[in-house]
Amino acid sequence: MFVNVIQTISTYAIPVVILLIPLYAVFKKIKVYEVFCEGAVEGFHTAVKIIPYLLAMLVAIGIFRKSGAMDVLVSILSPVTNFIGLPGELVPLAVMKSLSGGGSNGLLTDILKTSGPDSLIGRIASTMTASSETTFYVIAIYFGAVGIRKTRHAVSAGLIADLAGVLAAIWICRLMFG
Amino acid sequence: MINYIWLGLIVVGAIISIVKGNAQFVTDAAIESANTAVTISLGLIGMMTLWLGLMNIAEKAGIVNAVGRLLKPIMKRLFPEVPENHPAMGSMVMNIAANMLGLGNAATPLGIKAMKELQELNPEKDTASNPMCMFLAINTSSITLIASTVVAYRVAAGSKNPAEIIGPVIIASIFGTVIAVIAAKLLEKFSKRGGRKCS
Repeated sequence: MFVNVIQTISTYAIPVVILLIPLYAVFKKIKVYEVFCEGAVEGFHTAVKIIPYLLAMLVAIGIFRKSGAMDVLVSILSPVTNFIGLPGELVPLAVMKSLSGGGSNGLLTDILKTSGPDSLIGRIASTMTASSETTFYVIAIYFGAVGIRKTRHAVSAGLIADLAGVLAAIWICRLMFG
Repeated sequence: MINYIWLGLIVVGAIISIVKGNAQFVTDAAIESANTAVTISLGLIGMMTLWLGLMNIAEKAGIVNAVGRLLKPIMKRLFPEVPENHPAMGSMVMNIAANMLGLGNAATPLGIKAMKELQELNPEKDTASNPMCMFLAINTSSITLIASTVVAYRVAAGSKNPAEIIGPVIIASIFGTVIAVIAAKLLEKFSKRGGRKCS
């Protein structure tokens, strides 16, 4: 029921917004076409401006992923991950989901295949993957678009939130399905 | 911090590849990722242009401000440095709403629009302001009502009840967002602008 309601809203949200914004603006005597184009001019420049930031981030993450360094990181982190009750097969995913959306989707597919989607591991992995965005990607895109290079505490706050999301996913799944 | 993470990823990745006799991996990964970055960025042009156009209409018509006012009590507390009637408030609300509904295509341009508006208020153009860090933290932890991508993966893997994770995802993502807000609020006190801690 809830799922259907949300799904309906998300199907109609964009069509309704695309319809209502210009319609309401016309009542306000706005020259809709002219104003649209005036704003849209920036689109190309903004997207191009993101390139160096996103490239820097993706190249570093790409080299790290391809090298197999993840295994090394997982074994370094194992005392911590054992302590918080994170099952070993989920550790690479927990790290990857902050770094790369494509990478974590790949790991999720593997876990669903080996452990089964309806196993506890499969459910925790699904919940973990879905419950947050890829922190480093978001930072590169959003800060890149406005030329922010000094990110201050954005990375730490994002990573703390990622960790909280991972812990929450484990606890909730243990509680509901365990 | 981001400087060390970036360096760490490259150094660790390159050394391990070379030690394992896979030096070629570094080259392959670098070329492949560089191309991906350009593809993704250029792929944003269409959506970016569309939403910046629509948002310009919405702003001139007063819709963006009206949306911002809807959640004024919350937004005011999350972003005390942003003037209450600034268009950034409305853009941020729209971005967060789009994220919650899983409308990634619309959410990213709206978020970038919000960032541009926050940048207007930012006295140091190369350094993230407190509202920017808060907005980013909320965005990366993003409350998720519809986990459509993961549900699709579960369907593909033959799950008997692919949507059963939606409840846990909502709870876990709300928890993550609450922690993100607390972390951003606490950390902003320790990361001074222009100081060494900014790295």
